[in-house]
Amino acid sequence: MDHAAFILGSWIGTGIAVIAYAVWVLRRGRALSKHASTEEKPWT
Amino acid sequence: MTPNSGTGTSATRRLGVLVIVLAIALALFGLRFSAEDVVQGSTVRIMYVHVPSIWTAYIAFILTAICSGVYLSRRQRSLAWDRVAGASAEIGVLFVAVSLVTGSLWGRLTWGTYWVWDARLTSTAFLFITYVGYLAVRRLDGTHRQRARRSSVMALLAILEIPLVHFSVNLWRSLHQDASVADPNAKVKLDGLMLFSLFLGLVTFTLLFVWLVLHRQRTMLLEDSFADRGLDVAIAERRNEAGAQ
Amino acid sequence: MSSMKSRRTIALAVARKDVSIELNSRILTNQVAPFAAIVMVMFAFALDNEGILQRVAPGLMWLATLFSMLIVVQRSFTVESADGALDALRVAGVDTGAIFVGKSLALMVQLFVLEILLLATAVVLYGVEMTAVGLLEAFVTMVVATAGLGCVGTLYGGLAAGAKGRETLLPLLLLPVVAPVLIGATRATEAAFGSGGTAVSEGWPWIGLLAVFAVIFAVAGTVAFGPLVDE
Repeated sequence: MDHAAFILGSWIGTGIAVIAYAVWVLRRGRALSKHASTEEKPWT
Repeated sequence: MTPNSGTGTSATRRLGVLVIVLAIALALFGLRFSAEDVVQGSTVRIMYVHVPSIWTAYIAFILTAICSGVYLSRRQRSLAWDRVAGASAEIGVLFVAVSLVTGSLWGRLTWGTYWVWDARLTSTAFLFITYVGYLAVRRLDGTHRQRARRSSVMALLAILEIPLVHFSVNLWRSLHQDASVADPNAKVKLDGLMLFSLFLGLVTFTLLFVWLVLHRQRTMLLEDSFADRGLDVAIAERRNEAGAQ
Repeated sequence: MSSMKSRRTIALAVARKDVSIELNSRILTNQVAPFAAIVMVMFAFALDNEGILQRVAPGLMWLATLFSMLIVVQRSFTVESADGALDALRVAGVDTGAIFVGKSLALMVQLFVLEILLLATAVVLYGVEMTAVGLLEAFVTMVVATAGLGCVGTLYGGLAAGAKGRETLLPLLLLPVVAPVLIGATRATEAAFGSGGTAVSEGWPWIGLLAVFAVIFAVAGTVAFGPLVDE
């Protein structure tokens, strides 16, 4: 594949950005919900 | 259900698994099975992540505007709308950033330069800055209601601003004929498998967006109720990490 | 509900109040205008070429206007939140649309004074020469651009008013929105100055763009200012 560095770079960069954000959101949600009552979590 | 499942439910978990499966399929189709473009060659493979990310960003900002409008127009203003608007904008900013970076990588290969002062690129940059500003407005101090009011007005103003900027940048560019850039989409003659890869990308990213918004707006609800109880979110998080080790 | 006439009275009263505060404090003449002037001088240092300066004078003039505008807008709302004047007006049930128009008018007056000074600076420092028609066109450009800037400045100034950290936030919010004004006003002024051999007639369509901008944000501001400032 030509330009492999650029193509894989854009795929990997996208993946890392999305995964990092998702992990941040999940961890934050998990940390906060530990200290939250059931009424504060209407989705449960 | 486990006592501490965070912001997840069985529905989001199923959706999450689906997104992961689709993402793997997208990588296989986009990087392996689909052919190279006649004109663009292998660089077309960047498009399978670039186009879906800008698409997702547009969906995100439209959702932000809709939720902001609903928030302001209801007599009983519900902060839930505001949180969805905020979550959506945050994810939108992420995806605009991704599409600007992947776009400039593509541009380097195709045009030989990372950036051209093309109307579409320039207004995308403005889109990015505008919503970075929107997120900053959300972080201003004040009550949740104040935050919701400020940010929803701003989201609606952005709907006015973006077309105006696009229109004037277009006029500005039309003076400089030499820099006219070929429309990247027009150049691509997509065969069946390429079209399928692109479509798969759009579906994957849209579902990913839904998953992210669901989680993020729940986290925001927790953040809000923590702030109401006068608890510091950062302290809770730190205590949690210390406990985990 | 206040009638058309009382709204106009309120708007004018608010505008007069803001302008008279300005006249008393002399911030505009003693601080903002010198700032704008030094920016123009610094541009000359940065570009260091009289030919280029003459060519880009319109853009520099409008950039200096936008930078100074940030300070003036900041100031316009610090005055309000410092003595709680905005709250008092709101509690008294004064029409927020009228307050918006009044504050915008006051901002426009100040910006216009500033632009006249900057135009004079450009003529003196950058060696700009204008025909009579060019001067008229520059004048119209300034009026129409200022109308738009005044509305946008008041709207976004009100958005961040009273919050901590707004000093640093305002440029981020305001500058992207006024980009069409920078583009339109610069092109129109280029035509007025005849920079790079531009004909005077080429400027008028850009003034049209500025007018569209002003109308859109005047309407948006009158509608949106209420939800922004009410508690």
